[in-house]
Amino acid sequence: MAIQRADIEKLCFLARIDLTEETAADTAAGINRVLELIDQLRAADTEGVAPLAHPLEETQRLRDDQISEAVDREALQAIAPAVESGLYLVPKVIE
Amino acid sequence: MHDLTLAQMSDGLARRAFSSVELTRHLLARIATANPVYNAFVTIDEAGALALAEAADTRLAAGGAPPLCGVPIAHKDIFCTRGLRTSCGSRMLDNFVAPYDATVVERMAAAGAVTLGKTNMDEFAMGSSNETSYYGPVRNPWAVDCVPGGSSGGSAAAVAARLAPGATATDTGGSIRQPAALCGITGLKPTYGRVSRWGMIAFASSLDQAGPMARTAEDAALLLQAMAGFDARDSTCLDRPVPDYRAALDQPLAGLRIGVPAEYFGAGLNPGTAEAVRAALAEFERQGARLVDIRLPHSDLAVPAYYVIAPAEASANLSRFDGVRYGHRCANPQDLRDLFMRSRAEGFGAEVKRRILVGTYCLSAGYYDAYYNKAQRVRRLIRQDFLDAFAEVDLIMGPTCPNPAFAFGAKGGDPVAMYLEDIYTIAANLAGLPALSVPCGLVDRKPVGLQIIGNYFDEARMLAAAHRFQQATDWHQAQPAGLGEVGA
Repeated sequence: MAIQRADIEKLCFLARIDLTEETAADTAAGINRVLELIDQLRAADTEGVAPLAHPLEETQRLRDDQISEAVDREALQAIAPAVESGLYLVPKVIE
Repeated sequence: MHDLTLAQMSDGLARRAFSSVELTRHLLARIATANPVYNAFVTIDEAGALALAEAADTRLAAGGAPPLCGVPIAHKDIFCTRGLRTSCGSRMLDNFVAPYDATVVERMAAAGAVTLGKTNMDEFAMGSSNETSYYGPVRNPWAVDCVPGGSSGGSAAAVAARLAPGATATDTGGSIRQPAALCGITGLKPTYGRVSRWGMIAFASSLDQAGPMARTAEDAALLLQAMAGFDARDSTCLDRPVPDYRAALDQPLAGLRIGVPAEYFGAGLNPGTAEAVRAALAEFERQGARLVDIRLPHSDLAVPAYYVIAPAEASANLSRFDGVRYGHRCANPQDLRDLFMRSRAEGFGAEVKRRILVGTYCLSAGYYDAYYNKAQRVRRLIRQDFLDAFAEVDLIMGPTCPNPAFAFGAKGGDPVAMYLEDIYTIAANLAGLPALSVPCGLVDRKPVGLQIIGNYFDEARMLAAAHRFQQATDWHQAQPAGLGEVGA
């Protein structure tokens, strides 16, 4: 089913991607092409078939709850766009 | 020297016929001349490579060094490398220098391999032509007006153009096998869980798998040997013994049962490609293998199922790029929402955004069952097709892709036309099966790939079959015309 301009705006908000006026029409057209493709799944008979999440049906491995590595905050924050006193900086959230 | 295979370089280094520094210098000089033409590398690490080569020479002099010691290789720019930029082909990570090495990078370094640089790729590995890279497309060494395939196009072109004897790559829906086919080299996607994904930038976590690219199956075996094995840091990495892949290469083909799926030879397959693949199958038959007609009845659902599952996983994985902790941040954000939305709009290219939005749609309230849940059910049907086939046969063979390399822009703006280039490769990812591509012919002077799909953890048998084929044929030795002009 084709999606409309309003749906695209909602999706862009959910995905936190700014939609520019110039690209809105192309974005909608591209997504609708992909939706036509994936709509082919509707015809598949999957009655009684369980979903497959992991190709080898392995379950998540658990490890012991022990400290495994030290976190080097300085090294990790050296690549951040804005940091002060060991904290990541973002625009003011609460006025 | 650049015409030597990786195994020949390894032998030469062990015999001290040349040093790793000499070999590394030679390839760096070649890259300096050729890269402006092919755009295969996004980062060339001359100083780092020479330092590693010197260390390797010391190790080689001491004796008992492993086979990759001193061999120069390239890493796809999706693997994190400490201190060396990891861009993933995206503006989002144009300034990203990882604080750690990926397990694959760490293991190759431990084996003594020398990193020449990082190779170009489709942005976040989303593409089949390399046209989505922020750094411009890679050119196919066989025809510079054509795509190298994708997403591992830089690794494939680097190996095809003899800029490196081998390279690492990743495959989510064909990203090792399709560019290997289009560039006339050998590429292997291992069983899901065979190689650690730790430090490999995630696209679709239930499909992504790292593997080697090289000119021969023997070289791919040497690379896989160093990459494969359990890693506690990747919770989906499987703890199974790693066989000696090189030692297993000489298994004879007599008695091998090869399944030939009718669905892989239908409408849409280039007649020249079909002919080359049929000729390759006849070679296996000549060597004593038996061809068995099989059916993979849900094949036509693989691409639609993939384009629900892969974008859904991508939309979750790529939510981490928010302009706060690393990567691109927009200028003068007005508030937090503006920071997220503009950083992501500016940092991601059109194809990546499209997949994030499609994934978001498929996972959003009211659509989850119709798309995501449905695709996961279809995924089981596709896997069951293979399980049924492997009850009858040892390997499955067919074309890697429907056409040889196509011209830049040939798919226009139609994403689905591009997606259909992966029509034969995607199913192996959905099923988690190992699959490789070997060169098996030329159509219009462009390479054709034969795809060999194996059962779970059967990489040794697949590599052996590919090796026997390469002992009897010389398609893997064919060289793009004009390589001599590259110099050195």
